[in-house]
Amino acid sequence: MTPKPNHPMPQPDKRSTPYSLFPIPSLLDHRIIGIQYLTLALVSVIIGTLLSLLMRIHLVWPAWPLPLHGPILPEDYLALVTIHGTIMLFFVLTTAPQGGFSNLILPAQIGARSMAFPVLNAASFWLTTLALLTLVSSTFVPGGSAISGWTAYPPLSAIPSAGPGQGLGMDLWLLSIALFAIASTASSINTLTTIIRNRCPGMTWERLPLTVWGWFTAALLSILAFSVLLAAILLLLCDRHAHTSFFLPTGDLVNNVLHKGGDGSPLLWLHLFWFFGHPEVYIAILPGLGLTSMLLANFSHRKVFAYRTMITTTLLIGFLGILLWGHHMFVAGLNPFASSAFSISTMAIALPAAAKVLSWLATIWRAKPQYTTAMLFSLGFVSLFITGGLTGPILAQPILDEYLHNTTFVVAHFHLIMAMAGVFALCAATYYWFPLITATRNHPGRLLSEPLGRLHFWCTLIGAYAVFLPMHLTGLAGEPRHYAQLTGIPGPGGTLSPAGKLLAHTLPLNRFITYAAIFLATAQLFFLFNLFHSLRKGPFATSNPWQATTLEWHPDLNPFTPLTASDTAEITVHRAPCHYSSTDIGDAFLPQWVQHTVVPPTIEDTTNAKPE
Amino acid sequence: MPATITPNKTDQERKRRLEDNDNGSGRRPPTDKRTGGGGDNDNWNDRPNGRRGPNERLHRYRMGIFFALASDLMFFVAIISTFFVNQSTGHIDAYNHYINSWLPTAIPPILWLNTAVLILSSVTMEMARRTMFRETDVMDEWLGLGKPITRNAIPWLSATTVLGLLFLAGQWTAWRQLAVQQVFFRSNQSSHFFYLITGVHAVHLFLGIAALIVAFIGLNVSRLLESRQILVDGVAWYWHAMGLLWLFLFTLLTFFQ
Amino acid sequence: MPLSRKTRLTTHPALLLAPWFLPSDASAHGPALDHHLLLNLWIALALLALAHLLLLTGLLARRHPAQKNLWRIEYLPLALLAILFATLTIKAERLWAATRYTGASLTALQIETTGVQFAWYFRYPGPDATFGITRPQLVAPAEGNPLGLDPTDPHSADDFVSSELVLPANREVDLRLNAQDVIHGFSIPELRLKQNAVPGQTLHIHFTPTTPGTYAILCTQLCGLGHYRMNATLRILSPDQFALWLAAHQKESPQ
Repeated sequence: MTPKPNHPMPQPDKRSTPYSLFPIPSLLDHRIIGIQYLTLALVSVIIGTLLSLLMRIHLVWPAWPLPLHGPILPEDYLALVTIHGTIMLFFVLTTAPQGGFSNLILPAQIGARSMAFPVLNAASFWLTTLALLTLVSSTFVPGGSAISGWTAYPPLSAIPSAGPGQGLGMDLWLLSIALFAIASTASSINTLTTIIRNRCPGMTWERLPLTVWGWFTAALLSILAFSVLLAAILLLLCDRHAHTSFFLPTGDLVNNVLHKGGDGSPLLWLHLFWFFGHPEVYIAILPGLGLTSMLLANFSHRKVFAYRTMITTTLLIGFLGILLWGHHMFVAGLNPFASSAFSISTMAIALPAAAKVLSWLATIWRAKPQYTTAMLFSLGFVSLFITGGLTGPILAQPILDEYLHNTTFVVAHFHLIMAMAGVFALCAATYYWFPLITATRNHPGRLLSEPLGRLHFWCTLIGAYAVFLPMHLTGLAGEPRHYAQLTGIPGPGGTLSPAGKLLAHTLPLNRFITYAAIFLATAQLFFLFNLFHSLRKGPFATSNPWQATTLEWHPDLNPFTPLTASDTAEITVHRAPCHYSSTDIGDAFLPQWVQHTVVPPTIEDTTNAKPE
Repeated sequence: MPATITPNKTDQERKRRLEDNDNGSGRRPPTDKRTGGGGDNDNWNDRPNGRRGPNERLHRYRMGIFFALASDLMFFVAIISTFFVNQSTGHIDAYNHYINSWLPTAIPPILWLNTAVLILSSVTMEMARRTMFRETDVMDEWLGLGKPITRNAIPWLSATTVLGLLFLAGQWTAWRQLAVQQVFFRSNQSSHFFYLITGVHAVHLFLGIAALIVAFIGLNVSRLLESRQILVDGVAWYWHAMGLLWLFLFTLLTFFQ
Repeated sequence: MPLSRKTRLTTHPALLLAPWFLPSDASAHGPALDHHLLLNLWIALALLALAHLLLLTGLLARRHPAQKNLWRIEYLPLALLAILFATLTIKAERLWAATRYTGASLTALQIETTGVQFAWYFRYPGPDATFGITRPQLVAPAEGNPLGLDPTDPHSADDFVSSELVLPANREVDLRLNAQDVIHGFSIPELRLKQNAVPGQTLHIHFTPTTPGTYAILCTQLCGLGHYRMNATLRILSPDQFALWLAAHQKESPQ
């Protein structure tokens, strides 16, 4: 085990050091910023989950009145859909992995003391908070919140009279996302510069943990994609307020108002938006992919199978992710040849993803792993990623997408792979890194309760499958997305019309899905209780409770307020991560930072001709 | 390589350690690299400042600016693709004729003058940047023998700021000239783009001028020579990028409408 | 008796194609699409089961030294998957090309569909087989002119607009899709059809309905408040019944 260096606890010099412009208050400390981001994400996920519960309840019991509000009207339902999607995708799945855990863990994982640009980092967080407040405020303005979904297709989103909430609510929504885009880009610049230039000695590219590769690729995608979204939002705002026609065609007649301007193309928004939108979902999942590899290896006491291939597949998924935005537009009016081209690139990305799955399976194969809660959530991630991922190639074929586009089949697909798997990765990260999050100068970090964690895991896994597997079937039956009601539809024939009958047939399954959703949401209360209870009363952890090999568990990097560089010995990395003995769990493992001159015979691969 | 002063600890013997030499990957022979930043072949044992060294800071900020500019480039790429799409989008009228109502906006000739002014401002900006790194002056200033760098850089920076403001004034004049001809933002498709493209670029340039002013203030207020160098260097790269971008946008507006 | 049962089956629109809950299909290109979809679904289910079996087996088996054979574990399965996906893609592209790469035949029945917030209108060109001119300025749903037909155009006189789509069985239909205000999604699940109607564009899809019956038309692109109730009905009639229906409507047409 690593001998803890014997150093006194000197008072950190809070006055200005010669190499900084001003003393760094705690608000610029990357760990504080990471916790701030995680808190924001936690608040957002609670709001988003409640909104989705309201959606599910309304679908099955349309007459149920929301307390203090009354019955959920169609525009309310669409507002719920819009805000749910926006909050979850942006403020949970983009902030928590990148802003939250990256800020907390990335510098330590590469041996750096801080991120490259602390002020920019803090600014990104506050800008993100402003964006969230703007979004939430859009629900309280006259007219209500936007109803055009998180995708905001024009002309619905370009003409204020096209629907309730499309006036001020839509403007605030656009402003919120624009702020978020700027904040996210700034945060990614920080991440990229830190990874490239702040690594400690010995931390070569091939020795970087896969989590860092995930953050790196996600940040690269971020700086490319968010600007395009920002441009699209700017153009849409011009269409809305400056009488331009970037997205509005001539002769568009909305609510008896004829648009006489120039020739715009609504399809252009789709291109711009999805050029951002598709990389966005990869941004959300890439860090989770890297983390899963590392956690599976950690708890199986194995190396990650095919480490270099994993690095390549991470980069490949990032690169290919830019090339396949058109698969959201197969039936949107694209040239059919273009649809075929996008279909081929979309099928292609299934291969690096499959390579990752194979690597995970090989890593845990016959490893008799330690089933901590973090490990359970990582295994759950693998399962959900496989399930959600396998419906991807189905949707990638245009002829099949012709039937399945905008049905709940698509909803099930992306919820399983993005919402459930992504959230499982976040849970795994929380259980795994809880000691680091809660460590302070005065006491070591705490652990979340394992029994409660296991309960949380099993309920969430069962709930996830119970909610989203049947949703595939309702989609195959033809149930479309964004439908505010499945019964009681006015019009000729009403419930007895062919449309009414088709929708009513999906009701039994929908009822089951709603019950399962209530169960799934309630199960998260275990996690919340565990979190808040363990913050104060959780058992203390040792400095490396999971026998990890990655650098963030280095004892000098553990204390909450990092000691300045001159107070501790220089941190050097000597090998790739995941060096474990293969004979038995609990045997020797070699962290990245430990220097050794004697080669213990039980450690694998140190006699390998190819040094790492 | 710009000259930065990196204090050398001459009183300590260099210890040989495992990581000093090649790590067996055979990429390059062991060299005495005085600088580092990312993990390979660094000998930080001699210099506890390590990653906080001036050269490293400079490269870190340059990298940040590079990524920011890459992101900004994508922003303009999106707007330019919209330009091309809208240019070629028509509609089918009631009589089944395909009508493309793109009316190119004639650019006011003053734009040529503005372009020349901006190119000149890039030249002066580069001169300013180079004065920040002239080795003898750096040595003098670091040793506390006066402030030759500040003294030499200020005129060039001022020239750049003046030229930048001149450019913005010229753009404003171009807009007024168009307004006189009754071509406004909302007039037609191509005028949307003319005003949008020149407007967005002007906003970026205005931010550049604000950065120049910050550099001015920094030159006088900042205590660290390296910080002053970084400020001016950063602004210079941003300024050149905006100039290059303008050349491209100008070509687009002039020849591709 | 089998005939009447068949009729009953097909007029009951939401009968489920167990176990995948697919509704019955009434179009010429439908069976091939269904076959390919079911193939994909079963393959996905099989791969899902296989992957989870591997996962569980790997977790439950006794500890064993780590695997090292990159070829057997990564590259070989990837190659097999690549072949599988390539095969599926080629089959899918063939089906896609068959329905989308070429236009309708010249003898197809011409119908124009317009989506407005929140209804579908279907326009038949009448005996002159030409659609009359429409102008958005003339749109007046309250006065019975929801599409803005221009009365000065001679071709408009015999056009008539219906709010249900009625088609003859076994005749190819060339459907023109228009949208007046926002993007709508024209979808007939039981004909395995879906295409967005984009304002400013006229998009064409062609298909051949086969089985007489009554089917649902849904809007599948979020178009505003009434998106959920932007439904219409498709009725497929035998050719004789269709001719009767057409004749009746043309006599009624006020223009």
